[in-house]
Amino acid sequence: MAINRDSNVYTIVFATIMVVIVGGLLAFIASSLKPTQQANIKNEKMQNILQAIGLDEMKELQRDEAGAQFNDFVKRRVTINYKGEIVSDKTAEDAIDPLDKLDAFNINLRKEYSRFVKPILSKNKGNKDAIVAALSASENIHFPIFVCENNGEKFYVLSASGKGLWDDVWGYIGFKSDAITINGSVFDHKGETPGLGSIITEAWFEDQFKGKTIEEAGLYTPIKVLKPGKDLNNHQVDGISGATFTGVGVDEMLTRNLEVYYNFFKNNSEF
Amino acid sequence: MSEEKKSEPLFSKKNKALITNPLNSINPVTIQVLGICSALAVTVQMDNAIIMSLAVTAVLIIGNVIVSLMRNIIPSKIRIIVQLVIVAALVIIVDQVLKAYVYDVSKKLSVFVGLIITNCIIMGRLEAFALGNKSWASALDGLGNGIGYGLVLVVVAFFKEVFGSGTLTIPGLGKLTIIPEAIYDMGYMDNGLMLLPPSSLFIVGIYIWVQKARNPELIGE
Repeated sequence: MAINRDSNVYTIVFATIMVVIVGGLLAFIASSLKPTQQANIKNEKMQNILQAIGLDEMKELQRDEAGAQFNDFVKRRVTINYKGEIVSDKTAEDAIDPLDKLDAFNINLRKEYSRFVKPILSKNKGNKDAIVAALSASENIHFPIFVCENNGEKFYVLSASGKGLWDDVWGYIGFKSDAITINGSVFDHKGETPGLGSIITEAWFEDQFKGKTIEEAGLYTPIKVLKPGKDLNNHQVDGISGATFTGVGVDEMLTRNLEVYYNFFKNNSEF
Repeated sequence: MSEEKKSEPLFSKKNKALITNPLNSINPVTIQVLGICSALAVTVQMDNAIIMSLAVTAVLIIGNVIVSLMRNIIPSKIRIIVQLVIVAALVIIVDQVLKAYVYDVSKKLSVFVGLIITNCIIMGRLEAFALGNKSWASALDGLGNGIGYGLVLVVVAFFKEVFGSGTLTIPGLGKLTIIPEAIYDMGYMDNGLMLLPPSSLFIVGIYIWVQKARNPELIGE
């Protein structure tokens, strides 16, 4: 070959061409697969919400069936803010518009947590009043409520997001019509350790929440994730051995988020 | 394999050795000490180990072939960067395809798909083999090393999962209970250490011990 492969010009030209080809290829693949990926994410969210209601017949619900059944159960989608004001209220007849950012289904709790909630929490570490003031003042923090119905019985599916050991953890918690008794829960995570923290997605961990309550003597009582093997009362669940920090993350996210919902339902008993 | 060897000149003795040697005498994990990091991290459950091995093998074969085809035009000054770009692009493609078509698997592997890039086996084989060999031999080398890596991962995952959780998670079969409930009733407990990364070091260490005891020629001076 006549070209000098050690020359700087060759190196730079090679690098430029390679980057353009690889970049173009990746952009093309990413954009052509995007609709399929987004449909997966949407169906999974519907599946999670339906399973969180806590009905036995939902346990085996497949992801691709969730879309067709979603509106049969979820009758109303409400979004509230930290102060408990309703900012969006849709019924099952209103189609989910992906552009309507306030629709409860489109609230991206993970994004809100990392962009708005986390900075407030870390800035005001330990100072509860300052945290509450900052969270109430923010217009970017929302709390979705999915009002579900099955055979005349009402359920509320609420949502929470926080941080585990490595990355985000989040969950959907289904409440009975009293809004203080948990009927089901679904947890998920982005990057908890497989076999340890990732166990929060397994049935035995999620099933523990069924029947637990978030009220004691008329006051908000958060659900606590304890070290495994302790005696549990009505507001405590077993954690996972070897995954203490994932448990702490789940504990923190439930405590922080469910308090907002608790106050909302208390102040809107006719809801 | 032996049948193919007779009919296919492509599987000459030399080429066949490219596949079989990495299983034992030049095993990437136990002898070359490459890819230890993921052997520690993704071996808590059998299914993760198997899927990870498949993903690494696929990236290794394709990466080896591409680098081998380009070996005469890659400028030597930036060859590591070129290899890195090729591997990174492949890993992103694998990740995107998994997300679109086997969403559950992609969720299970989560960060580890991305970490294939940093898997030393891949860069190690590209640099040590693909840059100096033809593409067919490189493909076989990728396959052999992928299987050799997977073999260690599966062995480690077997012991970690059986003794750590009492189960075996096989893709397609779900979670199988290996240690019966009766033994737990008698007071047996799962070993929590087996779920943590350090236990992989013990198992890999014992694996190397057994391997070298059976193959004395592998023992160094």
